[in-house]
Amino acid sequence: MSASVFGKVVAGVAGAAVAAQAASVALVDTSDILRPPGALDEADFLSRCIKCGRCIEACPYGALIADSSPTGPGTGAPTLSLRDQACRMCQDMPCIPACPTEALHPLDSREDIRMGTAVIKRELCIAVTGMRCEVCYRACPLIDRAITIDFHMRENDAIHSVFEPIVDPEVCTGCGLCVQRCVISTPEVAVEIVRDREKALAMIEEEQAKMVSSSPF
Amino acid sequence: MELSRRDFVKATAVSAAMAAAGGSLAAMAGCTTGGGGDSADLEGAVTYTSVCRYCGCGCGVLVTVKDGQLISVVGDPDNESNRGLNCVKGYYLANALTGEKRLTKPLIRDDKGTKGTDTGLREAEWEEALDLVASKLRETWKADKSRLAFWGSGQQPITEGYLTAKFWKAGLLSNNIDPNARMCMASAVVGFMNVFQTDEPAGCYEDLDNADVFITWGANMAEAHPMLYSRLTAHKLTDENVRHYDLTTLKTRTSASADKVLVFRPGSDLAIANAIANYLVSNDLYDHQFVEDHLQFKMGAENIGNAYEDTYDKSEQGQASGNVEPCTFEDYAARLSEYTFEYASELSGVSVEDLQELAQVFADPNLRVMSLWTMGVNQHNRGTWMNHCIHNLHLISGKYGKPGSTAFSLTGQPSACGTAREVGTFCHRLPADLVVNNDVHRRYTEAIWDLPEGYLDPISAPGFHTIKLFREMSKGNIDFLWSAHNNWAQSLPNLTRFLGEDGEHLGIFDTFIAVNEVYPTKTTKYADVVFPAAMWVEREGQFGNAERRTSVFEKALNPPGEAKWDVWILLQIAKRVLEGETIDGKDAFDHLFGFVYDKQADDFIGNDREVNRAIWEEYRIFSNPEMKPAAAKINTDNNMHMEAKQLAPYDEYLTHHGMTWPVREKDGQWMSTKWRFVNGKQEDGYDEVGIAQYGTAGLANDMSWYKTAGGRPSVVFRPYEPPAQEPDAEFPFWFCTGRLLEHWHTGTMTRNVAELNRALPEALLNMHPEDAAELGLVDGDMARVTSPHGTFEIKISLSGRTEPPRGLVFAPFFAEETLINLAVQDYYCPLSKETDYKKTCVRIAKA
Repeated sequence: MSASVFGKVVAGVAGAAVAAQAASVALVDTSDILRPPGALDEADFLSRCIKCGRCIEACPYGALIADSSPTGPGTGAPTLSLRDQACRMCQDMPCIPACPTEALHPLDSREDIRMGTAVIKRELCIAVTGMRCEVCYRACPLIDRAITIDFHMRENDAIHSVFEPIVDPEVCTGCGLCVQRCVISTPEVAVEIVRDREKALAMIEEEQAKMVSSSPF
Repeated sequence: MELSRRDFVKATAVSAAMAAAGGSLAAMAGCTTGGGGDSADLEGAVTYTSVCRYCGCGCGVLVTVKDGQLISVVGDPDNESNRGLNCVKGYYLANALTGEKRLTKPLIRDDKGTKGTDTGLREAEWEEALDLVASKLRETWKADKSRLAFWGSGQQPITEGYLTAKFWKAGLLSNNIDPNARMCMASAVVGFMNVFQTDEPAGCYEDLDNADVFITWGANMAEAHPMLYSRLTAHKLTDENVRHYDLTTLKTRTSASADKVLVFRPGSDLAIANAIANYLVSNDLYDHQFVEDHLQFKMGAENIGNAYEDTYDKSEQGQASGNVEPCTFEDYAARLSEYTFEYASELSGVSVEDLQELAQVFADPNLRVMSLWTMGVNQHNRGTWMNHCIHNLHLISGKYGKPGSTAFSLTGQPSACGTAREVGTFCHRLPADLVVNNDVHRRYTEAIWDLPEGYLDPISAPGFHTIKLFREMSKGNIDFLWSAHNNWAQSLPNLTRFLGEDGEHLGIFDTFIAVNEVYPTKTTKYADVVFPAAMWVEREGQFGNAERRTSVFEKALNPPGEAKWDVWILLQIAKRVLEGETIDGKDAFDHLFGFVYDKQADDFIGNDREVNRAIWEEYRIFSNPEMKPAAAKINTDNNMHMEAKQLAPYDEYLTHHGMTWPVREKDGQWMSTKWRFVNGKQEDGYDEVGIAQYGTAGLANDMSWYKTAGGRPSVVFRPYEPPAQEPDAEFPFWFCTGRLLEHWHTGTMTRNVAELNRALPEALLNMHPEDAAELGLVDGDMARVTSPHGTFEIKISLSGRTEPPRGLVFAPFFAEETLINLAVQDYYCPLSKETDYKKTCVRIAKA
């Protein structure tokens, strides 16, 4: 099944689900759910999105999917499952002009996308714990800008340095390619995209304050 | 009770593994992830000393097994090469063993018409597969020995390579054996042999902790040597004055952290090095004492052309390409004089100021300078020349001998040094730096192998080097090919020709091809028989890494299904092929292999450890001639200095978690040598024993090149000559290929590790955004890349993982589905016969 056919089917099904559950949706908070490029805050987005599925259809990577949660105001609206397929930040951002209601607001450049901010879970990140990994850094579409490397000495090791990936929240678009590529799955992926900026900044601060050992023994 | 460091590492290994393996290994071992109970889980677990399966770093790892399952792999803090560090590939090593597609049954292809497809192989019993391969080999051997070949690898463990070479050279009297190291390190080898008459780097990894200036020449260390680059960057962190210059044809992850990046036009590195040498010589800034005490000067053949035609090697130009003539220092200086900074700048595109700054590094007698290079230098139409040029700089500036000052050739594969080079699994070599076309070398080898004098004379002429072999195969001139530890149908250049995709060179479809493999590969699609092989720690073996360190990986678990140790496969074939043959009146198989295999019982004599030890102890005679009087006499009579690369008894390597040769016995202790040809205490890592035996104390930098002819390394003038092809209107781009961190070579192992395949699932073509814009390409577009040799499709990426300058593009070679080598040229360095994977000329269009 091609991505576009898939999109139509999913959007249709989801639309029906929304209609059926319209009465119970108002109380559910969906502000953490990721939305496509160009979406502003959840209130703006939901007030405009008509769940037509056109952005889903326009995405050449099949990254946009219909939110299939059973109840809620966002059911049927576009979201992403980053671990399966991140936003690839297409140069022409076809999802945005596909939107008939400007739920996805036009952007000047793909670098203006702000779907969220990557937060690295330092205790899970094997680069932070002293391994040469940095898969997220090398995968980042804005390498050396959205993710940079902080070199510091490995603990209890006079001859090796740690290559710690650091996210710049000013530059990160929240595309989630770091999430898709991260080699860690258990107990969870070592990086997450947090939609709310304030929350992301607070989490980054909290992560940086953690004492994480890079010692080999 | 105080816990030793090693015990502590072992005790924490399992919990580390659980986190590492994302639960999959823990689940295998019947453990649960998270939540305590680790000490109980360790009950019955056994930890083995090992070495990583992948790159030339040769990181030591500790492997823990419980209930027949590998439950953890962690860095070995007691292996001096890496002292506990590991990269993401090593982190998931255990998973490489357990991919769903592991080959566990022998496979036979009945219909040659299915070659090159996904079908046609059926499961078979070992007897049938072995009998079939042996009969084809014997048939070819009896009919025409020039039509059979073995293609090996720098990933073949040492004892396995040694036995394979012994079978091929002494058993079959054939020199048609070459390794994939030909495509990796051959230019470095010929460089070392020409300059020093010994194939080895004089320095070691510890030089990384002591240099003032690092220069990477054509080396993306950050990705291709992850552990060593961590060591380089650590040294920069400890001393803010330490600088790193990156000389490259495109910006890489290594450039990203270098202090200065000099992007040069492909091939112009020769001019850059000569300009620096010219600066040192013409301004009297070279090291007079070093030159006087240690060096001799030579002129090499020039205008040596390129190996476009299959007939190149035998042409007048080809035959003369390796010639050198002695000259004076003044001759050398005069020949250098045209290489002004301005001229080098014009050729390379690097500014005069930057060239000058780099030259001043070599001119400063107080700086310790470490050059590091890999495939950018070796895979070069003048690869051997460029190796010479780097050595030349270090020699005339005296940047050798003090820790941190050395020209260090990084190797690509885990045992490129240990097996391909030290054992000598090449078409022109015998073990331990010996060569087939030297009478004394053959006598020495005969003495160790108990062969009658003159027995090896039929192999006095080298066999087919790699490209010659595959070119001959493509023309239908090879009837039998056996390969192991490689994936040539993906890794060779010019696959359009070698796979018969051009419709002209169809030899591959007629050659009988046997392949030892662990997973289905592009190569098994062309195999007539596939032998399922034991992988990594499913048997015991040894790797020799870039710093002359030999390390043992112990057998930790059994191979799956019917997969077998390569040595067993080799000896089964040898037994059948040599049936009825004799050497000196004795059964040929027993004569060559009876010390490890009992033909009557059809079994090894002893377990994996005992068999490996026995093979090692025979191999060790090459570097310990006193172990065998006949060898000792030849060594002494001919001043061979075979002890120069002395190896220790097998068990020492286990005790020490690897040792760097020469390993010397002093006061009853076996000790490594870190800094070759440098006087000083053996226990501090210097070459005390060797210099006392053969060298001279008190020369410049307290060095003595006792393995080198006359004790004097050769500075050979090597000019700039242009690349074999240069971009033109039809093919306007340079195409450079290489390796990226997440995948090992052709991905046969790492792409079967889910985590690594997730980390890097596709090969992308990096190009300059302005080039892309001109071609109407945007990030993510599919493009068709076409060279005079072939064509392939690939997705464009402008993300900047590598940042090529305008006019150059880069792609990695790990992805079978992309098969970039369909378009890569197969022109090789005339001296080393190593192909140039870095400078194919291509055109690019939207697909």
